Formats: sequence, structure tokens, C-alpha cells
Amino acid sequence: MSGVATHTVLLTARAARGTLRIPIFAVMNLVQPLIWLLLFGQLFRRVVEIPGFAGAGGGSASYLEFMAPGVVMMTAMFGAAWAGTGFVQDMERGVMDRLLASPASRTAMMVASMLWYAVVAVAQGLVVLGVAWASGARFSGGLPAALAVLAAVLLLTCLIAAISNMFALLARSQEALIGLSQLIVLPLLFMSSAVMDTSLAAPWVATAARFNPFDWAVVAARGALSGAPDWGEILGRLGLLAAAVLVAATLATRAFRAYQRAA
Amino acid sequence: MQPITITRPGEAAIEVTGLVKTYRSRRRTVRALDGLDLSAAPGTVLGLLGPNGAGKSTAVRILATLSRPDSGHARVAGHDLLREPAAVRRAIGYVAQKPVSEPMDTGRENLLLAGRLQGLGAGEARARAAGLLRRFALEDAADRLVRTYSGGMARRLDVAVGLVHRPQVLFLDEPTTGLDPDSRTEMWSEIATMAGDEGMTVVLTTHYLDEADALADQLVIVDAGRVVTQGTPDELKDRLRGDGVTVTLVDEASAARAVEVAERVPQVGQVDRDGRLLRARAASGASALPVLLAALDVAGLEVREARLSRPSLDDVYRQHTGRTFSAGTQAEVAA
Repeated sequence: MSGVATHTVLLTARAARGTLRIPIFAVMNLVQPLIWLLLFGQLFRRVVEIPGFAGAGGGSASYLEFMAPGVVMMTAMFGAAWAGTGFVQDMERGVMDRLLASPASRTAMMVASMLWYAVVAVAQGLVVLGVAWASGARFSGGLPAALAVLAAVLLLTCLIAAISNMFALLARSQEALIGLSQLIVLPLLFMSSAVMDTSLAAPWVATAARFNPFDWAVVAARGALSGAPDWGEILGRLGLLAAAVLVAATLATRAFRAYQRAA
Repeated sequence: MQPITITRPGEAAIEVTGLVKTYRSRRRTVRALDGLDLSAAPGTVLGLLGPNGAGKSTAVRILATLSRPDSGHARVAGHDLLREPAAVRRAIGYVAQKPVSEPMDTGRENLLLAGRLQGLGAGEARARAAGLLRRFALEDAADRLVRTYSGGMARRLDVAVGLVHRPQVLFLDEPTTGLDPDSRTEMWSEIATMAGDEGMTVVLTTHYLDEADALADQLVIVDAGRVVTQGTPDELKDRLRGDGVTVTLVDEASAARAVEVAERVPQVGQVDRDGRLLRARAASGASALPVLLAALDVAGLEVREARLSRPSLDDVYRQHTGRTFSAGTQAEVAA
């Protein structure tokens, strides 16, 4: 529907103004992943030499090359987990009620937030990959790989942002929202192959990772950037992510009703 | 774009019957609305007057589709509130009690976004925003961030945002709370214009009696989620009949004795005490006051001050709720 599309554009532009007027948050959000990339990368430089690391494609890749896609996804996830704070801020500022009492499309309100966080995450991902490159990491795969990484970043951000916004509408307070986000984000990070090959972890971690949407994004991006991409696996994971985004966005949009019932 | 009038001739712009809303928390249940009935004719100002917690804001939030009632029915601008919330949202403007503009956007950006979301085209929204900025004296501040605005400017912008699509019904929840006297007066004249010249129906909640008196065509006094009385401000005052008599005594003890004396004076009635004040009502204040003062003098009670007041909404309010408002128009009589 053109109404929803127009509203999405208008509300995404509003989110963009907000970020661009206080760019410090977007910059701060980059600091932590870069610390991971540069310090963690040094600390665990030689884990790639553990026999069996990184499975079939392993051996030739450096740890920096292994973890760079993981850190890109980490940045995307950490950033998107904050999406709900914008919703809570709107509630505190009365903007949420004003929008809900107007014909503003609820779908557009949800999608605009997801989209804008995705745009920011793509920019941050480029910085992370750029720093990794400058530190000596080399990626292959050309345009198809770039598109796959882009898709993984977009989908992961949309998924986490939708969940964060849903929490915001249900919890209606920053403290509760941040608590909930931490409860989700950290386990997703450590039950994944972002910084460690799960085949070397406890077997249950490897199993958990297979059901972890964050790991789907990491695996898709790493696979695409490796010298020997398994496109079946990559597209499969991206498909799973897309399905998860659809479900999460639908539920999150429904959460507006719960918010209004509680009001 | 002219407002499309969907209300049929003779149909009320707002028709509310038996609204009930209960808030439950772990400890207790609060009945915010307890069977509220309201009605407003098109192009009039309906004033909802009551103390904090009376249910005014809850009623407005429900009518603006932000909250659902437990039971009851309402039609707003000809649309059923529960069955056609989208149509209601297109027909209304809602200005909440708290500020509602985005502080990190400029005034113009707030208006443009609101206009576009309401379905105005880009050019139309720009023209409308410029017009409203001029009307609310915000032209100089139009391109500054709203967080730099003074309280009065921010409030004017909030109202402008609510008007951007020329709504049929505008809800103003305590529009002048926290404003300085000048800004209040300006806001009053704007509200009067909206209902008068522009034919908008305005629902105004307030806990200022003078505001309700000055603006409302119909006034509804709400207490504990229920309508205690309604009518035009004049009707409500007329129903009281007579004047208010207030006598200030030296201390509370003499005020208490003065009440006993006053109760024996046939010309005054409804006598009660408020600190060192004696309050009473009289059919004719001018003839009752000398009699009362003479009786007090005979009883040896010193009078500091005596006032006669024409019936005010304060009296109406006090009569119906048993509580008092501080404001009121009083004519002073030297003691």
C-alpha cells in the first residue's frame, strides 16, 4: 500500500534526522566491536592453529579473517538492540501517543525503525571490514559476497530491532528494555561461531548455534567471504533469517495493541 | 483542504454513553471512569472540569483511540469509536497534557511530518505548516530545534500540530497548564477562534475555573469518573441562585463561634467554616450581609474582612463535589 510506504519513508527520515543530529551514539556503538576486532583478534591470534579450527575451509584463514564477519554482525546486533529505546523515548516525550492517535501506519512505525537501524548497521559494518582489511585481513568473493553480507546485516538488524521494539512496547521503560536486551543479546553472541569455531566448543553450543539467528547471519557472511562459498548454505541461512524477520515484525506490530490496552 | 463533514445535521460531534475504565495494579483497582456520559454539538467547546484524578484525561485518551474502555459506547465525528478507530483518527486532533512535539526536530519539521502522516501532499503540508507557524507566532523559531523553545512556544506548537489537518474534533488536554498569564490569554483566543470561526468541535479539559468559564459553551463537571453536573456556565451558576458570603475572623475559634451565630441568621444558609473563614450563601447578599455582621457584632466577634461574591463556578464545583477550588471571581465589600 502506498500509504504505508509513504509513512515508512517519512518516519525513516525522522529517525535519520535523530541519528544525524546526535551522531555520537552511532560512533560510540562502533568502539566496542573495534576493540573486539583489534584486541580480541590479537589475544586469540593463534586459536586458528588449534587442529580442527574452522572446519573444512579452515587452515589458511587468519583469526582476523575468521572473526571479522562475526564482529560485523555483533555491531549490527548490539546497535539494533537499542532500537526500542527510541520507542520508549517517544513514549516519554508524548510523541508515541500523538502518532497512535493519528492515522500514522503502525506497520510503518515499526518498519521505519528497523530500516533505519539497518542503514546504520551497514555503514558500521563497512567501517569494521575496512579496519579488518587495514589490519591485514583479506576477503574474496566479489560482488555476490558483498551482497550476501549486506543481506545478512540488513536481516539481522531488522530482526533484533523488531524484537527490541516489541520489548519496548511491552515493558514501556528503558531499564526493563535494556535488561531484557542484555538477556537476549549476550547468549546469542556466545552461542554462536562469531568469535570461536563452535565445532571446538561444548557440543551443545554447536547445537544451539544451529537455532541461533545471530549465527545464521555470521555463517552466511563468513561463508560468502571465504574462498569457497557454499551458496546453498548461505541462501538457506538468509532465508531462515528473512522468515524470522517476518514473524518478529508481525508480532512487534501487534504489540502496539498491547501497549494501548495497558495505557 | 476543507474538512469533510461526516456528521449528519443534528448529530452530535461527540456522543458518549456509559464509559467505564478500570485500571488494575497488583495492589488495588482504580475505577477511572464510572459510567461517563457526554455529548457535544458540532462547532462548540465542551469543557471537562474536575480535579486531578477525576478521569478527564482518561476520557480524552479513550475518545482519541489511545485507550480502550471496559464498557460503554462512543461516537466521535459520526464514527463508532471501537468499530472505526481509523476513521476517528482521521477526524480528530489530539493534544495531550504533556508536550507532544519531537524536541530533536525543528518546529517546521514537526508540522511537516504531522501533516504528511495525516495525508497532506508535500506542497500542501509545507503551506499549512507555514500558515500555522505564522498564526501561532512561531515563524522566527520555525527552524530551531523544539528543545530550545520556551514552555509557551512548545505548547503553541503542540496545538498547531493537532490542527495541521483541520480536524473536525480537537481534544485539548489541559492546554494552558504551566503557561504564563500572557500565553494563557493568547491560547484562549486561539481556542475561541477554532470553535467560532472554523466550526471545529473542541473538547477541553481543565482544572482552571476561569478557563472553563471563559471558553466552554457546555460545561461538564467530572468527579471520580462520573458527571456530577452539566450545563452552560451561566446555567450552572444560575442554578445556585444567590450570592456567596465570606467573612474572615480573627482566629479559628472565633470562626467556629461565628458559624453558630450565622446559623441563627435567617437570611443566610449553607454555613460552613474553612480555617478562619466563614462561608455562607444568601438569596440577596447585599441585604443579608449587614444583618450577619450585626449579629456577629452583638456576639462580640471581631470581623477582619467580609466579601460578597456572585456565584462562581467555584461555588458550583464546591456544591457538587464538597471540595473547593482556589480561584473565583469575588466582589469585595469593605467591612
